[in-house]
Amino acid sequence: MAKLDSKVPKGPIAEKWTNYKAHQNLVNPANKRKVDVIVVGTGLVGGAAAASLGELGFNVKVFCIQDSPRRAHSIAAQGGINAAKNYPNDGDSVYRLFYDTVKGGDYRAREANVYRLAEVSNNIIDQCVAQGVPFAREYGGLLDNRSFGGALVSRTFYARGQTGQQLLLGAYSALSKEIKKGSVELFTRREVLDIVKIDGKARGIIVRNLVTGELERHGAHAVLLGTGGYGNVFFLSTNAMTSNGGAAWRAYKRGAYFANPSFVQIHPTCIPVHGAYQSKLTLMSESLRNDGRIWVPKKKEDAQKIQKGELKPTEIAEEDRDYYLERRYPAFGNLVPRDVASRAAKERCDAGHGVGNTGLAVYLDFEDAIKRLGRNVIEARYGNLFQMYEKIVDENPYGTPMMIYPAIHYTMGGTWVDYELQSTIPGLFVGGEANFSDHGANRLGASALMQGLSDGYFVLPYTMQNYLADQITVPHFKTDGTEFEQTEKEVQARIDKLFAVKGDETVDSFHRRLGHIMWDNVGMARNKEGLEKAIKEIQELRKEFWQRVKVPGEKTGMNVELEKALRVADFLEQGELMALDALTRNESSGGHFRLEYQTEEGEALRDDKNFTHVSAWEYMGDDEPAKLHKEPLVYENIEVKQRNYKTA
Amino acid sequence: MDLKLKIWRQQGPGTKGKFVEYPVKNISADASFLEMMDILNEELVAKGEEPVAFDHDCREGICGMCSLYINGNPHGPDSAITTCQLHMRKFKDGETVVIEPWRAKPFPVIKDLMVDRSAFDDIIQAGGYVSINTGGVPDANDIPIKKENADLAMDAASCIGCGACVAACKNASAMLFVSAKVSQFALLPQGKIEAKRRVESMVAVMDDIGFGNCTNTYACEAVCPKEISVTNIARMNREFFVAKVS
Repeated sequence: MAKLDSKVPKGPIAEKWTNYKAHQNLVNPANKRKVDVIVVGTGLVGGAAAASLGELGFNVKVFCIQDSPRRAHSIAAQGGINAAKNYPNDGDSVYRLFYDTVKGGDYRAREANVYRLAEVSNNIIDQCVAQGVPFAREYGGLLDNRSFGGALVSRTFYARGQTGQQLLLGAYSALSKEIKKGSVELFTRREVLDIVKIDGKARGIIVRNLVTGELERHGAHAVLLGTGGYGNVFFLSTNAMTSNGGAAWRAYKRGAYFANPSFVQIHPTCIPVHGAYQSKLTLMSESLRNDGRIWVPKKKEDAQKIQKGELKPTEIAEEDRDYYLERRYPAFGNLVPRDVASRAAKERCDAGHGVGNTGLAVYLDFEDAIKRLGRNVIEARYGNLFQMYEKIVDENPYGTPMMIYPAIHYTMGGTWVDYELQSTIPGLFVGGEANFSDHGANRLGASALMQGLSDGYFVLPYTMQNYLADQITVPHFKTDGTEFEQTEKEVQARIDKLFAVKGDETVDSFHRRLGHIMWDNVGMARNKEGLEKAIKEIQELRKEFWQRVKVPGEKTGMNVELEKALRVADFLEQGELMALDALTRNESSGGHFRLEYQTEEGEALRDDKNFTHVSAWEYMGDDEPAKLHKEPLVYENIEVKQRNYKTA
Repeated sequence: MDLKLKIWRQQGPGTKGKFVEYPVKNISADASFLEMMDILNEELVAKGEEPVAFDHDCREGICGMCSLYINGNPHGPDSAITTCQLHMRKFKDGETVVIEPWRAKPFPVIKDLMVDRSAFDDIIQAGGYVSINTGGVPDANDIPIKKENADLAMDAASCIGCGACVAACKNASAMLFVSAKVSQFALLPQGKIEAKRRVESMVAVMDDIGFGNCTNTYACEAVCPKEISVTNIARMNREFFVAKVS
């Protein structure tokens, strides 16, 4: 258990990070160039960290799966980024942002990490503005804010509905500056297939060059993963097509504990599923809940008529509409946290009040907002989102309410890391969505961007330096050693095994089948029977995959089917761990909702006595069950309560 | 709907490519264009043939990775969207659909419909940033910025770097792309400090790589999925002129 030392610094919570920085080890400027760092991923974490480490003088190698670092999936975040600036003078503070984030995460996040996140949030906004990020502004020239779920203040900074894009392009510009300077070397179209350990420490990676198909070895004194989440285990999600948890999963299999794998965020406002051929789901930003009102027909007969196309939503009288979020949660209304909003939508649809031809959709209506503010204002706020909706659904949301339904969006779980964001493998750091640390069992809107940039710009450049300080005498790593050779051989064996199957079913088909198992049993509502069934079915599907998968083409050169097969092979393992974690956590918390554990009103019922801990799983071998370790969560600065969004 | 696809197949950068015809059947009008391509590829894989390589990632129209030249139009017949947001309802049953990669010398074909756009990264590396490091910056509200300018900067900054502008241009000019970045910074006080250095350096790299000149046909603006305006090109020309005479 010694391995699970969270290394939270001593002292009052507001002083921990300052104290840490004051006493940490540093590397002198001349020595920094003797030290190599590998950064995997060029999203907010990877891009910001690689740029910042390069600025400090380290030798950085950065890797991305796309053709350019500017395309990482952070780019798709729409609504905004939180910070405790309190510019609107509405009562915000670092403590309140910290409090809201811990409460929003249903008291399953580590206090000290969240406090630090809230503390550096303001630096992020300053940094981005200085980079030329064109945030929305008021006529007076100052920055504008809007509200997001789970908060009673307006603390969200935004750049239209493209905040992630602008923040990512800011990090990309800083990265480009360092690439030009020569402090950072860029490798595109590369995918990490394994982590190389030497004497127990992370010392490199094996990547596949997606264009040539060659395996490459890269060594360094430390490795940082900013590789995002594993939402694509579900097949359909709002993640990009290449988003995969592969690097983190490989780290798990090399000894890094994996924390809270069952904590998955299901986002309430996505465009509903429309066909079996569908490849991904599209998010409609949470910011829309600032002005949109969510409802379903009060009468089941109306819902049925709508499903059959006999009735239009605009024909339903005001008194026949059920604004169920406003009804159930008067204080927060349409701006309840995501897990609460998603479950409420599912509850209404399961009760037969859903709309759309499948009955699996609810309305997000802007009629009142357009009447109150005028179409121009709504267009200025959400124009690009409305346009996107219209292109996909072929309906004009200015005239008829949008249809939305929950979809897999984000994974709160991830590689277990300590306060320094270091995993249980020394020298392997993990930031952003890829780690587990800041969002507990549910992430609040506009907090992913905050965490990504916090980790990348302001945390990892410090904590990694603390680790690297005693590495300056370690020479640059040659990649022809035994460990690199052995790890590469194992990767090659995995690839050979996939080609050797020569089966008859496509990779996508297996992925889709896994997605169904996951969505039905490890999705929004879980129970013991379903989870046990899922584990059995995933094991069977995995067996079938290795007997029947068809991977055409060659080992050399570009082979997209091989790429997908490697990812799905990992998903088929990870899905099982997610189900196992959900089965072991006999409570409901945040996004993890066990039907057996709910209040009379259908709210998540935590079991603080037995489950106020992080579940960190250790890999014990392919044929052995994973071993559970627990990191107790201690709340010294927040009173742990049942989450309440009904009253302020 | 049933369609006849004519797709450009090319094994690699050095090899000769050709059009190959593929019929696809029973495509839903609500499917996206890339989902139609997925269906074709799954059929090809099932038959043991090599799937068509094409770039794509977010499928939300924001990452800029997708890049198909469809029936003579970058990103296809619909306006103001990327290929991934294009839906099959824009096509007619029985139609022949010709699918090609971006065609421009600075964007060599990697395979089939996939091209190498790293030239855009090279241009950004030449100066598409404010030369500040992490930390030590002023408070975000220390420098007020006129809302009009912030909005115009955002218009320019919304460029996704897909390269449709280059693909549409008869000269393979990258002026719209470069001017969008130059404009974003020219409109903001943070970018003004090194404006001269930035525009000279970015334009020099753009020319070196072999992108053509702008001859004001505005084909770039017409196909831009983010509707970036050609007034940015005028602004860049002004910036360039001022840099040269100052």
